[in-house]
Amino acid sequence: MLGIGWALRRVIKNSEDFFLSGRSIPAWIAGLAFISANLGAQEVIGMAASGAKYGIMTSHFYWVGAMPAMVFVGLFMMPFYYGSRARSVPEYLKLRFDEKTRGLNAITFAIMTIFSSGISMYALAKLLELVLGWSFHWSIVLSAVIVLIYIFLGGLTSAIYNEVLQFFLIVLGFLPLVLLGLKDVGGWSGLTSKLATVATNAGFEPGAWSHSWKYMDSPSHNPMGMEWFGLVMGLGFALSFGYWCTDFLVVQRAMAAGSMTAARRTPLIAAVPKMLMPALVILPGMLAIGLHATRGGFLPIGDDGQPNYNLAIPMMLAHYMPSGLLGLGLTALMASFMSGMAGNVTAFNSVWTYDIYQTHIRPGQTDQHYLRVGHAATVFGILASVLAAYSATRFNNILDMLQLVFSFVNGPLFATFLLGMFWRRTTGHGAFYGLLTGTITAALHYGLTLPRGAVPGIKGGFLGAVLHTYPSEMALNFWTALFAWTGCFVATLLISLFTKRTKTDDELRGLVYSLTPRIQEGSMPWFKRPVTLAVGILVVSALLNVIFW
Amino acid sequence: MKLDVRWPIGGMFSLIGMLLIIYGIVSNPALYERSLGINVNLWWGLVLLVFGLVMLALAYRAHRLLVH
Repeated sequence: MLGIGWALRRVIKNSEDFFLSGRSIPAWIAGLAFISANLGAQEVIGMAASGAKYGIMTSHFYWVGAMPAMVFVGLFMMPFYYGSRARSVPEYLKLRFDEKTRGLNAITFAIMTIFSSGISMYALAKLLELVLGWSFHWSIVLSAVIVLIYIFLGGLTSAIYNEVLQFFLIVLGFLPLVLLGLKDVGGWSGLTSKLATVATNAGFEPGAWSHSWKYMDSPSHNPMGMEWFGLVMGLGFALSFGYWCTDFLVVQRAMAAGSMTAARRTPLIAAVPKMLMPALVILPGMLAIGLHATRGGFLPIGDDGQPNYNLAIPMMLAHYMPSGLLGLGLTALMASFMSGMAGNVTAFNSVWTYDIYQTHIRPGQTDQHYLRVGHAATVFGILASVLAAYSATRFNNILDMLQLVFSFVNGPLFATFLLGMFWRRTTGHGAFYGLLTGTITAALHYGLTLPRGAVPGIKGGFLGAVLHTYPSEMALNFWTALFAWTGCFVATLLISLFTKRTKTDDELRGLVYSLTPRIQEGSMPWFKRPVTLAVGILVVSALLNVIFW
Repeated sequence: MKLDVRWPIGGMFSLIGMLLIIYGIVSNPALYERSLGINVNLWWGLVLLVFGLVMLALAYRAHRLLVH
């Protein structure tokens, strides 16, 4: 199977340059690439791990988080991105504000890519450990070598094509797993009764794992330890909008579309399959924990005495899949791990080389010099990812760690974007010090609080005093994001009011909402307009929330 | 001319589907104890083959429309 993928890659690689020229990708391809850029291994492994650890409340990442955020990106953010032709977030910040805001964002973004790639590396190493029976250390070394080779062979040259292929590979590779698991436990009702055992064992009401909203009246009633306000604001608003609006690995896919309208429709088209994704990625985790609780010993127990939820998908594969289909499932996983790592390391490379090194450290060198720096950055990025992969071993759910990183980077950044795009009075000083304040607020909150049962260190509480203990890692992340967003928003607002504008209205044309010409869609039939699609998506997500209430 | 992405997708899944079907026919039935006694290689192979052929058909139709 790996061989087929490899052979196909060669064919595809030669044709894509061709295909991409002139930004004329059909909307459905851009849409699939848009979710595929985000449907990495982190998502598959992390969402299943969360499904096991927190139950169906994980669906809030989709039906409360991603859906409204993707609609917002399509309707309101794409016009600026597409119109300004910015090719990265740092570039947009430079156009809208100034060089120092771009530099600060480039640094936090570079750190984020390292953690993301490290988390993929951890997941790949765990899988190799399981399949090959190697020790974790050697599996990490092998993963690092694989990604190095992948990048130097030009792994990302055919990114969008590969992503569409991978999307289908993941969907068709995991669907039989879900179907077999559901059949085994006796359908949804069988699963609910198994999850009731999980919930009562953990000291909750029997429905705590199978109801998404019912037990959110108080943090002590549900496994995630959240009440509805913190969840809607922290996850739904700060984290999800922050992620979907500012993550350029994802946004770039939409920018490859042929026209402004097509670019706006891309996230909306992507939202349709995205809405159904919980069945594919969260359900296997819920099945795994149900089987773990009722048949025993399904998930291995980690050092902290908790099951290692990260292994939900690999263990399910090993349990149900005979050789043959097992190969398909493993190929799907490995392909997405590799592209996840390669994508992040490549992004690290370009941000470091162009946004930091060339701009702030040594400008005006030859292209060859920067190319060498880029190669060195790739190697450095992989080594740093190894460290991040080891820190991921401390988390029994990689989504906990991933969202922690996002709460530091995307949470405050979203406040900067919101003010920058919708308030022309926002100044460069305001944006820079606001972003700094937001990041420091996140660090203070993270350093002074701790999830229940954790020791001070990588999980928080390292500033000496622990002012508050959250019921779960995820609850800490949501509140960190909310604090960071608020810190950045307030600081940017106040500082902007007390500093002078450095950009004139003319320079901000196409970068600020009130200075950008409205898009005319009068000639389009109503059912093709982005707004219609957006309303439909929101209605269906609301229905899904009600069904699984 | 652009290469329609449905060609490689269709080709890949048709091929994988056929391989799984063949493997499902020749493999030892004892293999399928873990998958609840269902020959998933055979059945899912069929699903993949149908999916692959539909993709190829769509690509072919789009190609025809483009030529005319």
